[in-house]
Amino acid sequence: MNNRIIHWFKYASPQSFYPLAGKMIPWFWATAAIFGAIGLWISFFVAPTDAQQGEGYRIIFIHVPASWMSMFIYCIMAGWAGIGLALNTRLSGMMAQSLAPTGALMAFLSLWTGAFWGKPMWGAWWVWDARLTSELILFFLYIGFIALQAAIDDPRRADKAGAILALVGVVNVPIIYFSVKWWNTLHQGSTINMTKAPSMATTMLWGMLLMALCFWMYSIAVALSRVRAIILERERHTEWIKGVLN
Amino acid sequence: MLTATGLACVRGERRLFSGIDLAVAPGEWLHLQGENGAGKTSLLRILVGLTPAAEGDVCWKGESIRRLDEDYRRDMVYLGHHGAIKEDLTALENLQLGAGLDGVELAEKDALASLWCMGLKGREELPVRVLSQGQKRRVLLARLLAKKAVLWVLDEPFTALDVKAVAMLSDLIGEHLASGGMAVLTSHQAMPIAGGKALQL
Amino acid sequence: MFVIIRRDLLIAARRKSEVLTALFFFVIVTSLFPLGIGPEPTLLKKIAPGILWVAALLATMLGLTRMFAPDHADGTLEQMALAPTPFGLLVAGKVVAHWLVSGLPLVLLAPVLGIQFGLDAGALGIMMIALLLGTPLLSLIGAIGAALTLGVRGGGVLLSLLVLPLYVPALIFGAGAVEAHLSGLDVTGHLSLLAAMLALAVFFAPWATTAALRIALE
Repeated sequence: MNNRIIHWFKYASPQSFYPLAGKMIPWFWATAAIFGAIGLWISFFVAPTDAQQGEGYRIIFIHVPASWMSMFIYCIMAGWAGIGLALNTRLSGMMAQSLAPTGALMAFLSLWTGAFWGKPMWGAWWVWDARLTSELILFFLYIGFIALQAAIDDPRRADKAGAILALVGVVNVPIIYFSVKWWNTLHQGSTINMTKAPSMATTMLWGMLLMALCFWMYSIAVALSRVRAIILERERHTEWIKGVLN
Repeated sequence: MLTATGLACVRGERRLFSGIDLAVAPGEWLHLQGENGAGKTSLLRILVGLTPAAEGDVCWKGESIRRLDEDYRRDMVYLGHHGAIKEDLTALENLQLGAGLDGVELAEKDALASLWCMGLKGREELPVRVLSQGQKRRVLLARLLAKKAVLWVLDEPFTALDVKAVAMLSDLIGEHLASGGMAVLTSHQAMPIAGGKALQL
Repeated sequence: MFVIIRRDLLIAARRKSEVLTALFFFVIVTSLFPLGIGPEPTLLKKIAPGILWVAALLATMLGLTRMFAPDHADGTLEQMALAPTPFGLLVAGKVVAHWLVSGLPLVLLAPVLGIQFGLDAGALGIMMIALLLGTPLLSLIGAIGAALTLGVRGGGVLLSLLVLPLYVPALIFGAGAVEAHLSGLDVTGHLSLLAAMLALAVFFAPWATTAALRIALE
């Protein structure tokens, strides 16, 4: 048992993490595909037609998981960035850098699907209510993070500067999450709580959870692929990379 | 007593130097030599605490400078490449405000004395912007007199100085060493000051 | 800390043109809107809080690059980092000086500009209080952005991209306070949220700014 614990720290170096990530990626793609298949089947065929919204509501199965993931990924990214800042590890900064584009994609997807849902249902593509605005701010925070890291040439400085930005912005995530509770505006109230029983049909709930898991597995797979690319780029002067590339 | 063991510096993706050890005792000074780009300024910045070393540790009086923090900075003065003076303020204001940052109260007559020692009599009340390059360096060097630091870390202190000023600065460093101070310098010139050691990068 | 404030104020006094440029920008931008939208009084009165706040935001952002870049360029920032006084304290002093030079004049100018939008005395008063709470918040958050982008390519635009999303809550509550007053609703909610954000920023922003500056100096 002791051996297993010590071995985990070995993977904190890019050199050992690279092959490990390579082995893990296909598994995550596979689970993402499985969850996605079941989730989509449930969302389109099993979940009942909504009493008020008809068929169009099914976009919720993309919208809600995307929103959850956008917030979740930001917290994970800020966490990795914070660890990189505190412990001065290179791999943590690389993980944060690899998560950012996926998180930005999720935020964009959430805003886009939200607009497509909102137009037929409530007659508006966009409304400046608390949740939408804070999700938009989250999207801009992702873009700012990516832009800042792109503008700084020195990778170590880029990691640390990005970490500070990510940590400052993390205060936005609870605002998004609780905004529907604090301000009663257009966005519908949260239907899934930690404490109370959800107020929607169980099949719908399962559909959303499975799609969320699918997005999660997808995010991990993509982030691992991206971190491998980042490792290749940053460590290209070292000996072991030259071995890998030959 | 300044000591450093196993210092390494990585700039971007290049390893500038590694495994550098040095020690400077009271009354001694260290001449850092090397070609352009060898990492002299980077080493000075590591010694001073601006840049964290990739490897190794710097110790002042036996304790790591990271732990000493303010106490180390109080004993040390660093003059880098940039003339660290505000061009919009006068020489006198620069010295007095600089002393304020160090947490000491510098009386006007003491500030004036330092400036006169540096040959700037009559120019104390002018905004530094109108002084020549050499005079600006002299204002910077006046800070050495104003701040009673034990360790002087000087990056190319002789640039832009005329022959008289070079001699004056050499004497200044000599007096400082004689009274138990220490200095670490980079310079492309040879300096005839007693008690020196050399480190080649 | 007061040494730094005194120093920055002295420098600002010697370089009045930079300071006044930002203020004139504030005045001109707010005056552009009635010209562009049309002089209808009720419309102007409704959009006035938003316009004044956006103009204040943009004017503050103009001055943010001036906070650390000159000191970094002439080496005085390094000396501040090497001074025996805690760096965080000196940085806080710089932010205070920045606010005194960039933010406080906005607070004092706003009522004058508000009159041209037809805001009544009560609304102007709320506007001043909101700006009094909000402009330090803008300086504090902007300092983080200025420190992160110190010496980086594309500095000014990148700074805006980083800082504007973080400014949005201040904008929403600051303008919202005045709008609430105009609609006869309670303003204390908005103002207390603004005050809470300011309190949070006072504690955390200098710390984040100092960390970012140390990274920039490495």
